Amino acid sequence: MTPAPVYSLAAVRKRQSAAFTLEIEHLSVEHGETLCLLGPTGAGKSTLLGLLSGLEAPSSGRLTLLGHATEDGNVPLEILRRVASVHQRPLLLAESVRYNVEFGLRVRGIRSPRERADPILNRLGLGPLAGQDARTLSGGQLQLVALGRALVIEPDILLLDEPTANLDPAHVALVESVVRERQQQNSMTVVWATHNMFQARRMASRVGLLLGGRLIEVAETEGFFKRPADERTAQFVQGKMIY
Amino acid sequence: MVEATYAHLWPILLLSLQVSGVAVLLSSLIGVPFGVWLGLSRFPAKRFVVGLVHTGMALPPVVVGLVLYLLLSRSGPLGGLGWLFSPQAMILAQTILDLPFVIGITMVAVASLPTDLQRQLRSLGASPAQARWEMVREARAGIVLALATAFGRSLSEVGAVWLVGGNIEGQTRVMTTAIVLETGKGNFTLALLLGGTLLVVALAINLVILRYQGWTRP
Repeated sequence: MTPAPVYSLAAVRKRQSAAFTLEIEHLSVEHGETLCLLGPTGAGKSTLLGLLSGLEAPSSGRLTLLGHATEDGNVPLEILRRVASVHQRPLLLAESVRYNVEFGLRVRGIRSPRERADPILNRLGLGPLAGQDARTLSGGQLQLVALGRALVIEPDILLLDEPTANLDPAHVALVESVVRERQQQNSMTVVWATHNMFQARRMASRVGLLLGGRLIEVAETEGFFKRPADERTAQFVQGKMIY
Repeated sequence: MVEATYAHLWPILLLSLQVSGVAVLLSSLIGVPFGVWLGLSRFPAKRFVVGLVHTGMALPPVVVGLVLYLLLSRSGPLGGLGWLFSPQAMILAQTILDLPFVIGITMVAVASLPTDLQRQLRSLGASPAQARWEMVREARAGIVLALATAFGRSLSEVGAVWLVGGNIEGQTRVMTTAIVLETGKGNFTLALLLGGTLLVVALAINLVILRYQGWTRP
């Protein structure tokens, strides 16, 4: 029997403002895959990730998260806790780096959060900063802490919103390899919003293109870049300004 | 001579601290949760409610004292409590005067946190209550400021406590009412001495509060 998809979206609308509504006619995300969402600023990537987190309800349509409907906005906490998000502009608590990374463990009542936090802090090169006030971090370090606090939870689903936007190439490679490692360890499903087509090519099993709040095309990575079905996708992957 | 005249300084100081302390405690028990809720929620009448809170900050203490006097007097609706000219009435007056400050400053402290913080905490698995509690922790410097402001206001207030307390020696006389009394009698040195003592006590308490604010930081 085929397992139920992690996400299933049908005729989903999310009205963000008078000027912008996200409209997804159909999208299904399967267990263990990495779906990269490409698209320019304002295309709706963050709006879509907000819906996928289960914390926001669509204005209309049907969106299921691990089989649970999200339309009424009452997704059970145990389901929400299987998802972790890394936000485009991460906000850290005015506490130490360690406190921030351990946050998700503490709210789950895990007694020795340090044992789980230390390996991820060290893996991301944040070990020496563990006791530092999180408000004193640089933009790049802040993004690494945001990734650390999401990964330490060992989520089934990881939602990444431009997690490498402020990082140098070496740290971009570090983030990509850490996400890959974690995915191999626990078959985590990843939805990764990025502007970077090269990153999408490296990381994705499937790629989707969002333009003006519409999902233009979703395809296997190689097909998406080499044989796009939609003319707009073809132009986008060629770097043409179509927006 | 001063010692002889004011042998009862310590009971007066102690009562001042007691009345102010209990009033701050009561106003924080009510005001902090309400301020947090007001800071985090959105509802159509919010502007009106915030306006009421701000107006409360401008409540003249003598008016509060007068209204409470009428309510607590023997013929008043709360006369049965027998609180008029008692520390309880003084605590009630101080609590009413402190509440708008505790609510208002807490509300601003919480509302000035980044709007997306609560959602980000929820996205890491926090329940709504856990996320709200973390927001309170995050706003703690502002909340401590709210309590310090309320305590300072209580300690220095005179109009309301005089009206509902009556400035009865050994029962309801506090530092501020004693200062007014001595000034009226022309004992300026003693009045100044009492005022200085009050200031030193207030400074000591605020230093402890500041240390606590610093201590709670990482």
